This record gives sequence, structure tokens and C-alpha cells, in this order.
Amino acid sequence: MTIASRRQDRRMLSIGSLLLRTPYWVLTGGLALIFLYPLIWTAVSSVAPKAGTSQVNGWGFGNYVTLGNYQAGIVQYFANSVFVSLLTVVLTLVISLLGGYAFARFRFPGKNLLFLGTLAILMVPYATVLIPLYVILTAVGLQNTLVGVALVMTMFQLPFATFMMRIGFESIPRELDEAAMVDGASSFGALWHVLIPAVKPSMITVGLFAFLAAWNDFIAPLILINDSDKFTLPLAVANLRVQVQGIVDYGATEAGVVVLALPCIVLFLVLQRHYVRGFLSGAFKG
Amino acid sequence: MSVIADAPTKRGSRFSTTRSRRSALQGWAYAAPTAIFVLVLFVIPLLLVFQMSGSNWPLLSGNQGVNFPSNYQKAVTNRFFVDSIVFTLKYTVLATVLLIGLGLGLALLVQESSRWKGFLRTAFLIPSALGLASASLLFYVLYSPFAGPFAELMKSWGFTFLGTPNGALFSTVFLIVWRFAGFYMLLILVGLQGIPDEVYEAARIDGASRRQTFTWVTLPLLKPTLALATVLCVTGSLLAFEQFYILTKGGPDNSTITVVQLIYNVAFQGQNDLGIAAAISVIVLVALVIINIAQIRSFRRAPEES
Repeated sequence: MTIASRRQDRRMLSIGSLLLRTPYWVLTGGLALIFLYPLIWTAVSSVAPKAGTSQVNGWGFGNYVTLGNYQAGIVQYFANSVFVSLLTVVLTLVISLLGGYAFARFRFPGKNLLFLGTLAILMVPYATVLIPLYVILTAVGLQNTLVGVALVMTMFQLPFATFMMRIGFESIPRELDEAAMVDGASSFGALWHVLIPAVKPSMITVGLFAFLAAWNDFIAPLILINDSDKFTLPLAVANLRVQVQGIVDYGATEAGVVVLALPCIVLFLVLQRHYVRGFLSGAFKG
Repeated sequence: MSVIADAPTKRGSRFSTTRSRRSALQGWAYAAPTAIFVLVLFVIPLLLVFQMSGSNWPLLSGNQGVNFPSNYQKAVTNRFFVDSIVFTLKYTVLATVLLIGLGLGLALLVQESSRWKGFLRTAFLIPSALGLASASLLFYVLYSPFAGPFAELMKSWGFTFLGTPNGALFSTVFLIVWRFAGFYMLLILVGLQGIPDEVYEAARIDGASRRQTFTWVTLPLLKPTLALATVLCVTGSLLAFEQFYILTKGGPDNSTITVVQLIYNVAFQGQNDLGIAAAISVIVLVALVIINIAQIRSFRRAPEES
């Protein structure tokens, strides 16, 4: 069980004990297969020949061509999603960077109330504030806009992001920014030149979670966006299923899933360390 | 600088008051964007949902004045209200038990570091990178009787995944377990790694078996983590929407309508009544707060009893 006893186990490894561990390999290999198979099958199937799709004869990217030509064009939906995701990432980073700095380094009246209020967003069901958010965004002319969707996504990212940034700043010795300020830097100068480089890992984690959330979100654009040329990718692919006279184009749907999932999987694999940091921080305990 | 402000000395008290005032001002300046977002996009909507729930508020024409308690009456007498609550609770219990159990199992499986276990961790975690909507679309094709990998099997054995109420429920739960098991594994893994080695060492010296160590050392020390995972899982499951919206559209025979789907339908599909939707939202909000407080309390009390 413990690492120490495991080490002993490993020393005793022989062909015999390897055979004894066959059930273990079958179990864990089987589990890995269950988790990976749906993804691999979809990717393969999206380029494989299948009747009733746009790729009937031989292997190829027919399904992707159909997907590309769907209504406003998949490029448009992709661009919409990129816009919402990047705006969400930038807004979340800027707001939580400044907020985290304030919570970690300054004393001001209402500080604890504001921090708890930010974390309280986690406690309130997403769907219950979407109805009034729809009304508020309509009132200020941001309903049916991608900016409106990004603002809502940013708000839902704030509890995690603020918490992450606050402990990010708190883990940096105060001497670092104080030294800069003794040297005549303003508090913003200290933040910009000294602290930002030091909290970069936290910022990557915050940015990664914000991107994944915004890129994948379905319910906010579903409720807030009316015009089909402003749809984000998940919405467009979901609607694509009922494209031709109620007949589902499974091939194009598979291609859509690949286009949706690929950026997330690549980002996840590249930044896995930073993804795990989000859990290590205890930010979910907020 | 804030250290100076935090600890005013007698000699420089006036100096440090201005300092601390400046520090407070600066603090507020940095926190202002957060405050504005929380106020405009969270606090005001939260207050508004209560007002809306007591007002006649059609989707297109807006606020038509107070009609309390008519929305609440209409909400609870909606023909899907009770069914959707029962179904959501059933789904929540099923998903939570499976996800926490499997998350714990997977975490124990990949606890130590080795190359193979690193691979397993990544394999279990990859689905967590996908959006719920993407995962639902993926399984929509997988479960399809025409295009899925089980299409031939479904034809010859004559079964469907989504055709019956129970089939639809279990198929959706499978999708959710696939998508979230890695997330809970990681959450529990972090908890496991927080348990100091000395505790295991002590258990080993006392001659505890593996099972004894797990029951009497690992589980009790893991309780805070398991509590957190359960609260997250219950909250997430009670708010289930995308998976059913995409996979089952609430069918077959309206058997898989969740509470959030009911809110969406009342507000934007057909009835177009934001007032009634807000009333259901308030009911969900209050119920969720009560459920979460009850959960946290029971988890806190449990260790003292045992």
C-alpha cells in the first residue's frame, strides 16, 4: 500500500510475480481502453467510409467538408468559439490577477465579504441565475452577443480563478514586492515587473480552466444567442444533427466532435501539469 | 508596504494611518473589477430571480407587475414538476454513488507513481478535458442504432440504448461516469497524497492488514476529500442539463426531464414564461442550499460518532 512496501514489491519482481499480476494488467488495460475507446472510435469513424454520410466510398475527409459547409460555415462557428474563449481567458486573467493581488497583499474594508461573495458563485446553481442574466443582458443590449456570453463565462470562472490567484500571490514572499517598492516602484509596478513573472504558473492554470470552460460551454450560448451565425461550436454541432429533413448526419456529427474535442485534448496533454495544479491548490474546496 | 501598514508603530502612527488608508484605496482599486463582476453578474441576478419569481414576466413583453404567489402555484402544478424532481434525484443518487466509488477505486489504482500508472492517470483524465456537450454528442453517435459501433449488435439482439426510460437513464449515467470519473479520481488522489506516510508506517508496525489500513486509516483521513467530492457531485448532478438535452431530449415519453431542463423549457420552449421559470429556479436554489448544508453537517458529525 505504502510507497515503501511497493518498492519492496518491485524488488521482488520476477517472471512468476509478473504472471501473478496478469489480472492486474487485464483490469487496468481494460479500464484504459474503456476511457480511450470512444475517442479513438469517433476519430477513426469520422474519416471511415459509411453509408448515409458524406464519406461513402473509401477513407477521406468528406464528413469534414459537409461540416465545413454547414449553414454559416464551420469556420464562422469556430471563430465565434475562439472569440468567446479568448475573451473569457483574457477577462478572467486580468480580473483575477488584480483581485488576487488585492486579496493577498492589501487590507481594505469589505475584503472578506467580497472574497466570500466571489466564492459564493460556486454555491449557486448555474441555471438559476441564467434566467435573470438573460433579462439583464437584454436590458443592456448584450443578449444575443458573443461578448455577453464571454461576460457570463468570466463571472462563473471567478471563484476558481480568484482563489487560485490569491494563493498564488500568497505563496510568494512579501519581501519580493516590498524590495521593489523600496526601490521606488509603485504597487502596480511591483505587480507588473516582479509579481507577474512569479505567479505565471497560477495564471496558466487559471487560463487553461477558463479556456476549457468557455470553449465547451453549451447552456449559456443556448440561452443567450438567437442568431444562428453567432452560434458557438458546441451549439452548431448539436444543431447539425437535425440538418436534413430530420435525418441525423452522423458522419458530420463525428467530425464536429473531433473539431470540438481536439483543441481541448491537445491543450490538456501539453498543460497536464498545470491542470493538476488546479486540484492541488484546494481551489475546489472554496 | 502592507506590512508597514498592518503594524503601525507609535512613533509613526499618523504616517501609517495615511499609509493604511492609501493601502485600502489601492486594495479596492485592484479588487474593483472583481467587485463589479460579482455585483452586476451575480448579486443583482440573484436578487432579480426572486423578484421575477413573484412577477408576471413573459419572455417577450417583460415585467408585467407582481402576481405572487401565482408563479409558484403554477410551478408546483406543472405536470412535469414532480416527475422532474423524482427523476433528477434518482439520477443524482446513481451518478454520485458510481462516480465517488469509481473515483476512489481509480485513485487507489494509480496512487503510486510508475510509467504505466502515469499513462493510466492520463487515460482516465482525458475525457475530463472534453466539454459535457461534446461528450454527449460523442455518445449520441456511439449509442446510435444506425451509425454506432454497436449498431449491428443492436439490430441482431434487438435492443436500444436510449429507447426505454431505464436504458436512457443508465446510458446517460455511463456517459457521465466516463466524462467525470477522472476528475473525481484526481480530486481523491490529491486527498490521498495529503495523508502522511508516517501514518501508514505506524499502521504497518502495528501489524494492520491492507484492508484494515484502508478501513481504519485511509478512509477516515480521506473523509474531508470525500465530503468535498460528494458535495460537488451532488450539486453538479442536480443541475444536469446538457447530457439529457442532447442525448434524450427528455425522452422517451418525457421520462428523462431534469429540473434544469424544465426551467429551460418553461422559459424558452413554448410556455415562454420567465416568471414561472424563476419560481422553479428559486425552489431549486433553496433546495440545493438545504441539501448542501445537510451534507456538510452529516459529514462533519460522522467522525465523532464512529
